[in-house]
Amino acid sequence: MDDPYEILGVKRDAKADEIKSAYRKLAKLHHPDLNPGKKDSEDRFKAVTAAHDLLSDVDKRARFDRGEIDASGAERQPERPFYRDFGDAPGGGKYSSSTQFDPDDLASIFGQAFNRRGGPGAEFSAQGADAHYALSVSFLDAALGIKRRLTLPDGQSLDVNIPAGLQHGQILRLAGKGMPGFGKGGPGDALIEVSVAPHPFYRREGRDIHVELPVTLKEAVLGAKVETPTIKGPVQLSVPAHSTTGTRLRLKGRGIGGGDQFVTLKVMLPTDEETELDTFLKNWEPHHPFDPRKHMGSK
Amino acid sequence: MKLEAVVALFPDLQQIELTTWIERRLVRPEPSGEGEGEWTFQEIDVARVHLIYDLRRNLDVPDDTLPLLLSLLDQLYDLRRKLSAVKVLVEDHPRELRDAVHAILKSDASEH
Repeated sequence: MDDPYEILGVKRDAKADEIKSAYRKLAKLHHPDLNPGKKDSEDRFKAVTAAHDLLSDVDKRARFDRGEIDASGAERQPERPFYRDFGDAPGGGKYSSSTQFDPDDLASIFGQAFNRRGGPGAEFSAQGADAHYALSVSFLDAALGIKRRLTLPDGQSLDVNIPAGLQHGQILRLAGKGMPGFGKGGPGDALIEVSVAPHPFYRREGRDIHVELPVTLKEAVLGAKVETPTIKGPVQLSVPAHSTTGTRLRLKGRGIGGGDQFVTLKVMLPTDEETELDTFLKNWEPHHPFDPRKHMGSK
Repeated sequence: MKLEAVVALFPDLQQIELTTWIERRLVRPEPSGEGEGEWTFQEIDVARVHLIYDLRRNLDVPDDTLPLLLSLLDQLYDLRRKLSAVKVLVEDHPRELRDAVHAILKSDASEH
């Protein structure tokens, strides 16, 4: 706590009644219940009260003056409720003044306020509120673009153009399709948050499409032309000889809006009995032996 | 909270004085039904007793001015509650209406 004499604004030799009247003046000024809109009034009121508690006690004041106790030696003030914390709360209507506000009175107050903006007698105008909607589209619809019809809660419908390449969570703004405005104000906008459903095998990174393509052992070893799906329909993909799981091939321009499609091969081995393959492998001596687990430090 | 407990919160408040505040309807605890002069004080009532006590003892407000001051305060709190309800309502409305209301609330009252 700061110097109590300074807080109350009195001289060090102030008489008891001077201290009392200085305190009253400040307490009237800062009482939180009389200042519901001033947040700091509670701190100031408490400081003033603490200063007064110290200086109004002859014994404590003397000890403070002799330097035996400092300002913080003043007794802690017990926690107390302030009325403003209740009067401002929604349940504070208990002590509501019985006089009701005339709605016309409030309206005239508000009317004045709004009129002032547009000059004397002007109608209040305001743009309508924005309306928020949610729409979910499939992966391919979002990638290629589509027109969708959104049915609004009021039964009206809204045509929404989903542009090609729309991202998950993107918000489309349809100007003027929101709530009607007031007066001369135009309607607000419709804001549509679009969620994009995931696809069973396509994955998107920016404008590129990624897909994992299963190939047979023969296709991978000998090379082959295989049909691969793209978002714009199937194409023939050349799998080079000696490909393996993880080999990544690029289909230029097959992504979204100039992006590419990347195909990652996944070699699928036969699970049924293939005796010839078994025999071949038993007798097979690789020309280039390699350890596929080398990077894991295996021996 | 009972009347005795409320009185005990203050160094120099007598039951008789608090009872006159109740009779003058300056503070309005609920009758507790246990007989004449038995009251139940809610938190808001206790806070109000603190306020009245401060006004009388510390701020030196004359006894006959008390009802006038409390009535003005109650009207102030009424308006504040209504205004904050209006403020909440306005948040859902068009930006221009919101800005207009905020401008009024921020500006110096003497301009209006």
